[in-house]
Amino acid sequence: MLRYLLNRLLWIPVVLILLSLVTFVISRLVPGDPVKLAAGPQARPEQIEKMIEEFGLDRPLHEQYLRYMGGLLQGDWGYSIGNRRAVLPDLLTYFAATLELTVVATLLGLLVGIPLAVVAARWRDRWPDHLSRFVSIGAVSVPVFWIAIVLQLVFGQLLQWLPVSGRFDPRQSYPQSITGILLLDTLLAGNLPGFWTASRYLLLPALCQSLLVVALITRQLRGDLLEMLRKDFVMVARANGIQERILWSRYLMKNAMIATVSMLGFLIGFALGGSVLIEFVFDWPGIGQYATKAALLLDFQVIMGSTLFIGVVVVVVNLFTDLAYRLVDPRIRFS
Amino acid sequence: MRELLVDIKALSLEMVTLDGVARVLNGVNLTIHRGDLVGLVGETGCGKSVTAMSIPQLVPQPPARYSGGEVRFLGENVLEKSAEELRRLRSRHIGVVFQDPMTGLNPVFSVEQQMVDALLSKQDLLAATTLGRRWLPSSRMQRRHAQERAIALLRRVGIPEAEKRIHAYPHEFSGGMRQRVLIAMAIAGRPDLLIADEPTTALDVSVQAQILRLIAELVREIDLTVLLITHNMGLVAQLCNRIAVMYAGSVVESGPVRRILREPQHPYTRGLLQAIVTEKTGRGTLQGVPGSVPSLYEPPPGCRFAPRCQEARPQCTAALPRLRQSAPDHQVACVLYEE
Repeated sequence: MLRYLLNRLLWIPVVLILLSLVTFVISRLVPGDPVKLAAGPQARPEQIEKMIEEFGLDRPLHEQYLRYMGGLLQGDWGYSIGNRRAVLPDLLTYFAATLELTVVATLLGLLVGIPLAVVAARWRDRWPDHLSRFVSIGAVSVPVFWIAIVLQLVFGQLLQWLPVSGRFDPRQSYPQSITGILLLDTLLAGNLPGFWTASRYLLLPALCQSLLVVALITRQLRGDLLEMLRKDFVMVARANGIQERILWSRYLMKNAMIATVSMLGFLIGFALGGSVLIEFVFDWPGIGQYATKAALLLDFQVIMGSTLFIGVVVVVVNLFTDLAYRLVDPRIRFS
Repeated sequence: MRELLVDIKALSLEMVTLDGVARVLNGVNLTIHRGDLVGLVGETGCGKSVTAMSIPQLVPQPPARYSGGEVRFLGENVLEKSAEELRRLRSRHIGVVFQDPMTGLNPVFSVEQQMVDALLSKQDLLAATTLGRRWLPSSRMQRRHAQERAIALLRRVGIPEAEKRIHAYPHEFSGGMRQRVLIAMAIAGRPDLLIADEPTTALDVSVQAQILRLIAELVREIDLTVLLITHNMGLVAQLCNRIAVMYAGSVVESGPVRRILREPQHPYTRGLLQAIVTEKTGRGTLQGVPGSVPSLYEPPPGCRFAPRCQEARPQCTAALPRLRQSAPDHQVACVLYEE
């Protein structure tokens, strides 16, 4: 186990170096001139000259790369050519928002998806099964931004229950940042009204993002549960007089969860890269928005930074998924 | 007279499949007294397992559907029992050993966890010591007691270094060892009846004998009553004191092993016995039963065996012959023995 972990950890830098190389080359090869874009149409040639020199764009490519990587190791991720803000602090702020949204959406998805799958499998081909199928197929076939807008209309406009955009009420003082995750920061500060406000702002985007989790988990887990139900060990457990409730929650669930765990890892890794559509509709300041805006402005330092950062996150999530997978399935743990 | 443990009367069962309704059991009659070792023999698909699994009600419904008859266990009809009553029946009174030990254990739980669960379930303590209540001090004590008993049981069924091996996972055990674990679980509650459904078919020949010896020992040690399902006549001759022969969903002959081996009456039983290889069987003289098993969807009229029977008469196809007393303690379902 330890050897496996070490082996995996040693591979991470290799993956990241390869990723940085590819991103670097692509960010320099894309058509369009970031300097001209940032300087604006009225910029004089000597201003542009100065900016090119400032960002080292006149140097050979390999030197630029080495300088960038050197800075990276010292915690200097460069700064945005657009607004001149340092990349790393901004990245962390935006990522905290994405992390908060993803964690809550995933938990919400699990909370709804697992019972829905169990109910569907338990009453196969009866109305609970049909209902769960309708929900999950509906959730994946309707575009997420459309669902987002409908949610905004119903809960924000019609019922006026929930705010429809942003992370926090602008009329209240913004909570002091400790982790950047508002739910945690307000709790740590003992600021319960702030926690309540933050939760209300989070609910709609999280609900929206959780739909995909619900849909995929329900389908996957229902199928796996039904497959497990046909296994001989179920017959043996029944012959030994194990209660159906325990059979389902303990014996079947752990077996059936194996595929769901790896799918969940993929889903979380994907979501931590930012859900651009949801972030735009709800004006959620996540990493998806940050990276997309940078891409539109050819803000190469930010593009590099966010790509590498998301790369690290995905690699780490994958590692955790593998560990979780091993925890569930002893056949892999020992081989 | 010894206590009547199992009394299956005119049991009929259908399976609803995509191809239609298969008539799997057509009025099965079978009795098991306490202390009996009954061998239930017949070809694959004749309904042996379905008959046996009807006693603890382990036949999945649907697709199965009981269309007649009754299954009495200690006097009570199990077909009328509620799910909870059946669960208690299974946990306390009936142990089952299945055919394939490779798939009978849950791959993601250690042998210890599964045995402890099975043991606790047989004492009706599982619900009180699992899930949310698992970490209560009382639960932990119950589980520890169960673990000690599990180790003792594993030792009894011949697993070396049981106190160490119990922590292993099923995939770390061989087929024979897994079957030993499953046997240990099945006999844990000292059941009134042990159903062994071809317990050695999936094992290597060298291991088969060991497992059979183990079952024979356990029978002597804890006064087990056994229903052994097999298609191996030799096995029945060695292990059992009674035999019931099934053909296409009915018991066609039953009685004491010695009597039936010496004087088989039903033509099908005679055919089965002739198909056994012994040292007296000369080269090229081995006989089988000609023909093949009839369709369950459209069974032939009357006696199901008539189309393959060399002694068939016109009245054979008139009606399904009933199981009748042909001699003291010997029943046969064949027109040859009807007056």
